[in-house]
Amino acid sequence: MERVQQAVTDQHKDTDFEVRSLDTICINESAKQHPWWHNFKYLAVGIVFGIVFVKAEIISWFRIQEMFRLQSFHMYGVIGSAVIVGMAAVWLIKKYNIRTIHGEEIVFHPKKFNKGQIYGGLIFGLGWALTGACPGPLFAQIGTGFMIVLVVLLSAVAGTWTYGFFRDKLPH
Amino acid sequence: MHQLIYDPWPWYVAGPLIGLIVPALLLLGNKHFGISANLRHACAACFPAGIPFFQYNWKKEVWNMFFVAGILVGAVIVGHLFPAQGPITVAPALASELAGYGITDHSTLLPQELFSWHSLLTLRGVIMLVGGGFLVGFGARYAGGCTSGHAIMGLSDLQWPSLVATVMFMAGGFIMSNLILPLILHL
Repeated sequence: MERVQQAVTDQHKDTDFEVRSLDTICINESAKQHPWWHNFKYLAVGIVFGIVFVKAEIISWFRIQEMFRLQSFHMYGVIGSAVIVGMAAVWLIKKYNIRTIHGEEIVFHPKKFNKGQIYGGLIFGLGWALTGACPGPLFAQIGTGFMIVLVVLLSAVAGTWTYGFFRDKLPH
Repeated sequence: MHQLIYDPWPWYVAGPLIGLIVPALLLLGNKHFGISANLRHACAACFPAGIPFFQYNWKKEVWNMFFVAGILVGAVIVGHLFPAQGPITVAPALASELAGYGITDHSTLLPQELFSWHSLLTLRGVIMLVGGGFLVGFGARYAGGCTSGHAIMGLSDLQWPSLVATVMFMAGGFIMSNLILPLILHL
């Protein structure tokens, strides 16, 4: 009973419309409760991702500079083919109403447009070209032994915190 | 086989594998691909400071922490079991331009001249490492996601706000690499 109550409270918190409407990315839609060790599934997917990041040199500062200077097709090929495969997969899931391995219905949320996608996107792009990394590659760069990237990561957390602090004052 | 393991993977191998992460996360547990949210969870877990944006049940999102931990582990595995052989191939035009700024080390994925503790003692290094990280974290949250959340997941789901964000990511990158970065590298 107590657990149900907790779940209800959590759900209430998570559906805070103001927060969610601007931040529907990476929101956990699953209502199912699983033991914590079920998270190792995501660790396994992450490991595959990390290996691809390093082997395809996606985490390389050089590759990112080549992309933004139009000196190489590599990153465009990676992102482009990833999007095409992702699109096909999402289309198949929607068309055949494919469920999760636990039988749950897969939920998609329309994203709302706001000016944050313009201003924030531009700011992110500036940082992307400086560090040669988006948030995922940061972790892979650290994994390959560049401990200095811990500084970049902490700074990124600080940036996220600063956004949260000034959020109400920023144009959206 | 040996070549497949040790040589850098081409885009047509890496891209589709990354694309497959989208359905993998959805099918495993209704999770939407996105990475930058973990920076927010870190804030919520460690420094919420009474800010409404960081007051939510971050523990429900702990899967995302496992996911990025996996990225780190994957990179460690590659580094130890099948490291790259020889220096990184760099486009000749980029190599010659970087040489003008004293960046000539192509032995690792990141130039050692910029990504080192010593670099953190220089103005150039502070701007690139501390400033760059800050922009990545601030911008990703302001935009409501990063390259994984918007450019991969958002575009896969045909969300036009994600297209706007992706176009702006690229615009910011072009501006920085071509107009601002040369000035910073001169420092």
